[in-house]
Amino acid sequence: MTFIMSIMLPFIIILFLLLLVLGVVSYTHLENVFGIFIPYLALAIFLMGFLYRILSWAKSPVPFRITTVCGQEKSLDWIKANRLESPFTTLDVIKRLALEVLLFRSLFRNTNTELNEGPKLIHWSAKWLWLAGLTFHWSFFIILTRHLRFFTEPVPFAIQFIDKLDNLFEIGVPALYLTDALIVAAITHLFLRRVLVPKIRYVSLPADYFPLFLLFCIIGSGMFMRHIYKVDLIKVKELALSLISFRPALPEGIGVLFYVHLFFVCLLIAYFPFSKLMHLGGVFLSPTRNLANNNRSKRHINPWNYPVKVHTYEEYEDEFREKMKAAEIPVDKE
Amino acid sequence: MYDTGKIITGLIVFLCLITFPLWYDAFTGKAATKPEPKIITKEKQCVEATPYMRDSHMKLLIQWRDRVVREKMYSYKGSDGKNYTMSLTKTCLNCHSNKQQFCDQCHNYVGVTPTCWNCHIIPEEKS
Amino acid sequence: MSELDGVPKPEELLKIDYQPPRKGWMDTPVNFKPGTYNYPAASKNHKILELPFPREWSPMEEDWKLPENWKEIVVNGIAERLSKYRSFKVFMDICVRCGACADKCHFFLGSGDPKNMPVLRAELLRSIYRKEFTAAGKVLGKLAGGRELTPTVIKEWFYYFYQCTECRRCSVFCPYGIDTAEITMIGRELLYLLGLGINWALEPAAKCFMTGNHLGVYPHTLKDTLEFFADDIEDITGVRVEIPLNKKGADILFVTPSGDYFADPGTFTCMGYLILFHELGLNYTWSTYASEGGNFGLFTSHEMIKRLNAKIYAEAKRLGVKWILGGECGHMWRVIHQYMDTMNGPADFLQEPVSPITGTKFENAKSTKMVHIMEFTADLIKHNKLKLDPSRNDKLKVTFHDSCNPARAMGIFEEPRYVIRNVCKEFYDMPENTIKEKTFCCAGGAGLGNDENMEMRLRGGLPRGNAVKYVQEKHGVNRLACMCAIDRATLVPLCDYWAPGVQVTGIHEMVANALVLKGEKERETDLRGEPLKELEE
Repeated sequence: MTFIMSIMLPFIIILFLLLLVLGVVSYTHLENVFGIFIPYLALAIFLMGFLYRILSWAKSPVPFRITTVCGQEKSLDWIKANRLESPFTTLDVIKRLALEVLLFRSLFRNTNTELNEGPKLIHWSAKWLWLAGLTFHWSFFIILTRHLRFFTEPVPFAIQFIDKLDNLFEIGVPALYLTDALIVAAITHLFLRRVLVPKIRYVSLPADYFPLFLLFCIIGSGMFMRHIYKVDLIKVKELALSLISFRPALPEGIGVLFYVHLFFVCLLIAYFPFSKLMHLGGVFLSPTRNLANNNRSKRHINPWNYPVKVHTYEEYEDEFREKMKAAEIPVDKE
Repeated sequence: MYDTGKIITGLIVFLCLITFPLWYDAFTGKAATKPEPKIITKEKQCVEATPYMRDSHMKLLIQWRDRVVREKMYSYKGSDGKNYTMSLTKTCLNCHSNKQQFCDQCHNYVGVTPTCWNCHIIPEEKS
Repeated sequence: MSELDGVPKPEELLKIDYQPPRKGWMDTPVNFKPGTYNYPAASKNHKILELPFPREWSPMEEDWKLPENWKEIVVNGIAERLSKYRSFKVFMDICVRCGACADKCHFFLGSGDPKNMPVLRAELLRSIYRKEFTAAGKVLGKLAGGRELTPTVIKEWFYYFYQCTECRRCSVFCPYGIDTAEITMIGRELLYLLGLGINWALEPAAKCFMTGNHLGVYPHTLKDTLEFFADDIEDITGVRVEIPLNKKGADILFVTPSGDYFADPGTFTCMGYLILFHELGLNYTWSTYASEGGNFGLFTSHEMIKRLNAKIYAEAKRLGVKWILGGECGHMWRVIHQYMDTMNGPADFLQEPVSPITGTKFENAKSTKMVHIMEFTADLIKHNKLKLDPSRNDKLKVTFHDSCNPARAMGIFEEPRYVIRNVCKEFYDMPENTIKEKTFCCAGGAGLGNDENMEMRLRGGLPRGNAVKYVQEKHGVNRLACMCAIDRATLVPLCDYWAPGVQVTGIHEMVANALVLKGEKERETDLRGEPLKELEE
């Protein structure tokens, strides 16, 4: 798999899909397909797929408690244990996981190693990946949350509040959402490092570029709709509400860009359970992060623990009895 | 060790969160409501065509504001060739005099809070 | 240095090209270069342990004499492990290839070989998983990141799963905690299903199975060795220590890696234990049957871990001790801490460990009932139970190497540092990003510490060696302390190569040097028989 293949293949697929949806919606009357059928289908695939994925992981047991410990263990009373990096109780584990999921603790540790003259290996602290990753994920989450204004009637205060915060600076009309700007910057960073850093480019698969392109399309069409090529938001909300109340009705004339946006969102959520994007669920099930480092104080049970062939003491003594006796090492059988 | 209980709990919480709009709307029972902006029209025609006004009135308004405040220009030539005074209070509110039944209808529906009324006085409702 | 024959000089070795090749990794076949791979396990060792397909074969030959249905064996082997290990299943699915792990691996930093980036090491197996177990991979093959399982893949696995020391440094940095050690361990298990193993891991395992320890030391030889240490100790301190062996009714069973009583400088640490226990008047015993704390099963298969580890509880039960004390060892403590109780417990025939000297309850070990000697000794020092004269270690400027397993499996950071600070005056930690949870491996763990693999060991040893050199230049450090038997063997050539002039020591060697014994004579030399003070010029 060469770099060109890895990046071009998803690019072409996305381009093809983009033209397809543009063409179909503009020249035919298949809005029903894109406005009603595909969203339902995608949502169904997402829910079933997500459940299936998690349950299939859950079906495999965690035979051993293999916590990756990143801080001082709890041992003697006078040594201060690091309960966040070496959790001892379930509460500690929850805190550790929260730190991981909400603030990307592990990525925050990231270093960049350089081999200099001397020779000197220097391990710089490298926080860009952490910053871009965190910005991307949080922006995405906030964007998702404020989209709830289309799905709720009346719009709850909290959603309005988030929306308001997000366009705090009132740049332009309609105001530029901060998260829109941030997510573009973050995802561009993530894309560029994948393409420009040789190591990362070397390990990247089509499955790494595909979601990036998909997100570019979603974010792009979304921002385009808001600022340049407008669509009728009232109708968008009517559609959204009709969908979630299971009385689908498609208002006329929403605008083609909306269908592009919606289609790519559907693609993303349908693709989600079958891709690396499942790290959303996986991070909670990672045994190195979700287990306490209390191995020696609380026994961990392996459900498939089976008896194995061992070399027993009796066999051992039978073999070495004479030698042991000669060396005056105590034996069980004289 | 399977931790089935924890995983199922997690899944349920996740499902509840992502299906929030579903049960929220079921609870409020307002999923079918649509905004019904009422216009007490004196004129038959707005300064621009209705679809444009629907999408882009905010852009027009901000453009008006800038022209008036920054450039001291007061006259706007609509695409129908008529001249209009660029004024929210004198022109727009002349027809759309009922904020609650006009502006708020859609704004509330999609959760938008325009900043017009930070400076302008909300006209008295005449219904 | 005869053992380093064929290894390029440091200047040569440092010409590392971190630029990956133009061709994709799936199209770059593995190249077995002498000095960078491990010799295959002798068939006799497969036979002793009753492992499948024992045969003589060589990685350098084209034909590895794989069993006829090898492909089926591997695919079934993966399926079985997917159903048994959530870790494996989740780690196969959720990697996003963010690359945070890439430059965290000492083998990548030392070799520049992109397949030594943890992400790619895992992809070697993940690509097969996709092809065989996911719908997209089955249909789209390469486009979905899958690839055909061929003998070339097996060769690649053999090369790269034995270029991983299972040190788990990458898993510290991974945002999802993906642990390459899990993948390497399972990769090695799959190779063993085809009769492919390395001798330096399997021979110790076979010996351990039969004689109780990796080095195949017989019971009477163990006794002789320990008596010999007692003679040396008497010469140096004037005190005769006793050697309790297989003693029923002892309170404590002491288990330590066989490296400690086999070769310098581990032997000095071993003498340290003997001196400490004597001074405490501890009612303890060694065992000839459980004469190994280490566990090369960890480098072979999960089943082998259990088979070799079973001896410890069995012996504790047979001897009727109250609890178990474990010596300075790295991977041993990964097994004791994370596997033993689950595999061979519950140890309900033992008592919750309590120090007979200080009365401290080791609550953190109340289920497994095995205490790390560094916890034990730190507790003694804290309670002023040891009379220490750190000036006897005055010629030492010490730094401390956190061994991978005690660090990232246990988190035992402060205990050893506390002990070191109490037994010597000059202690300097290496740079922050190279110690504790971020410690760099000695590059000789997980069965790779053999001579045929020396070039790769020294390459992988670069990050650790470089950090040692840093404190050597900055603070004049001349002693690298560690609490791991493999370290005591592998860090010696590593330091000779990357930081010449730094010697390796166990911690209890320093403890015993500083420990003032009742009735001892004036000490002139340390346990190594070297003068206590540098001779003045």
